[in-house]
Amino acid sequence: MTKHHVTTTVNGDAVEFLCEAHETLLEVLRDGLGLTGTKEGCGTGDCGACSVTIDGRVVCSCLVLGVEAEGKAIQTIEGMAAGTRLHPLQRKFLEHAGLQCGICTPGILVAARSLLERNPDPTEEEVRYWLAGNLCRCTGYNKIIDAVLDAAREMRGADHA
Amino acid sequence: MRYEAPRTLEAALALLSSANGQARVLAGGTDLLIGMRAGHVAPELLVDVKGITEMTSILAENGGFRLGAAVTCMDLVEHEAFAKAWPGVIDAVKLIGSIQVKGRATVGGNLCNASPAADSVPAMIAADASVSIAGPNGKREERIENFTTGPGKTALAKGEIVTSFLLPRRLPHSGDAYLRFTPRTEMDIAVVGAGVNLALDDGGVCRQARVSLGAVAERALLVPEAAAALIGSKVDAAALERLAAAASAACRPIDDKRGTREFRIKIAGVMARRAAEIALARARETS
Repeated sequence: MTKHHVTTTVNGDAVEFLCEAHETLLEVLRDGLGLTGTKEGCGTGDCGACSVTIDGRVVCSCLVLGVEAEGKAIQTIEGMAAGTRLHPLQRKFLEHAGLQCGICTPGILVAARSLLERNPDPTEEEVRYWLAGNLCRCTGYNKIIDAVLDAAREMRGADHA
Repeated sequence: MRYEAPRTLEAALALLSSANGQARVLAGGTDLLIGMRAGHVAPELLVDVKGITEMTSILAENGGFRLGAAVTCMDLVEHEAFAKAWPGVIDAVKLIGSIQVKGRATVGGNLCNASPAADSVPAMIAADASVSIAGPNGKREERIENFTTGPGKTALAKGEIVTSFLLPRRLPHSGDAYLRFTPRTEMDIAVVGAGVNLALDDGGVCRQARVSLGAVAERALLVPEAAAALIGSKVDAAALERLAAAASAACRPIDDKRGTREFRIKIAGVMARRAAEIALARARETS
C-alpha cells in the first residue's frame, strides 16, 4: 500500500511525514513524530485526552486522519510552554493541583487555551461547558475549573500591564 | 483503503462511481472513523469532501441560506447572520457532542448518519430545509423530512452525495427553537427532541408553523397535526395544550435504557410545548 506524503506544521515547525490512509493524526503524532504529550484515552472522541488544535479549532486527534493534516497548522501540548517557561494555564494547574494522574491534563490544557483565546473572561459555567468533552477521573473537576479561571484572571491582568 | 481529497464535486462523484468496493464520504469523520475503528465499516475508498468549496460554504441565496453539507458545527455556530436567522437550528447544532466533536462534525454528516436521535435533523425539518443531492445521474432536491428512511438508512442512491441545504427566506415575526430531553445537560443523546418554527402576522396570530420530533420513531418526524394546533391561534395556553397532545399522539418510540416508551410519549408533548414557547418569544422579538 502506498503511503501518503503529508506536509504540515506542528507547533509552528514545518513537518513532513508519511502515513497510511487509515492512520489517525493521534497515531502519527505519537508513533511517527514522537510527540507523546498527546494522550489516547478512549479512541472514540468521548474523553478529549487527545485534544489538539487544527487551524485554531480544538479537535480530538483520534477522530482525524493523519492525511487530513495536509496543509494545516497543528498545535499540541508540546507547543504550550516557551522553553522552560510554563504557560500560565500550566502554572495554575500546578498551583491549584488541577491534576493527579495526568492523562487528561494535556488535552484539558489545549482545550482551555482555545477557550481563553476566544473568551478571555469566561464565567465558571462557560468553562464547564467548554471542557465538557474532557473527562477527568481523578480531580472531580473543581480544581481544574479553579485553575482555568485563575489563569484567565492572570492573563487578563498581564494584558493590561 | 484508499484516501482521496478531490477539489471539485465532479471529481468526488467520479471517484465514488469508479470505486470497486465500498466507498464512503468523509466529512467530519466523527461517526465514520469510530465505525471504522470498531470494524463496523471497512471502506475500500474514502472521499474527503472538505476540499470542495461549495460543500464548506455558507452563502446567501434567495433571501435564505445555502448551507454546505460539510460546514462544521463550530463554523455554523459562529456564523452570526445564520445564527440570528435560525436560532433554533443553532440550539440543535450546539448540542451535537463536545467542542472537539463540533469542531469536526457537520450537519450533512448528522443527517446522513441517520440516527433517529440526531439533534440537528428535527430543527432542520422545522426550518423547512431542503436537501441538495448530487449523483451520477445529476442533481436533485429532497425534502429533509423524507430523507431519512430508518435507523442508518437514507434516500441516497449509490454514488450520491448530500452537497448542501437550502433554508428559506425568513418571514417577518418568525422564530424557531429546538429542545431535547437528556438526563445530563451536556454530552448526551436525545431521549426526545422537539423543533418548532413559527411565523406570526402583525396581530400576533400564528400563520405558519412546522413541528418536528426526534428520537420518538425510527426517524425524525414532521408532525403537521401539531403545527395545525398553532396555526390560527395566538399560541396561547389552549393552543399549546393541543400542540402537546398532537405531538404525543404522533410518537411511536422504542423502549430502552435511556427512556421508556410511556416516558418518551409524555415528554415529547412537554418538549414541543416548551420549544413552541421559545420560538414564540423569538418571533415576537423579530421585526
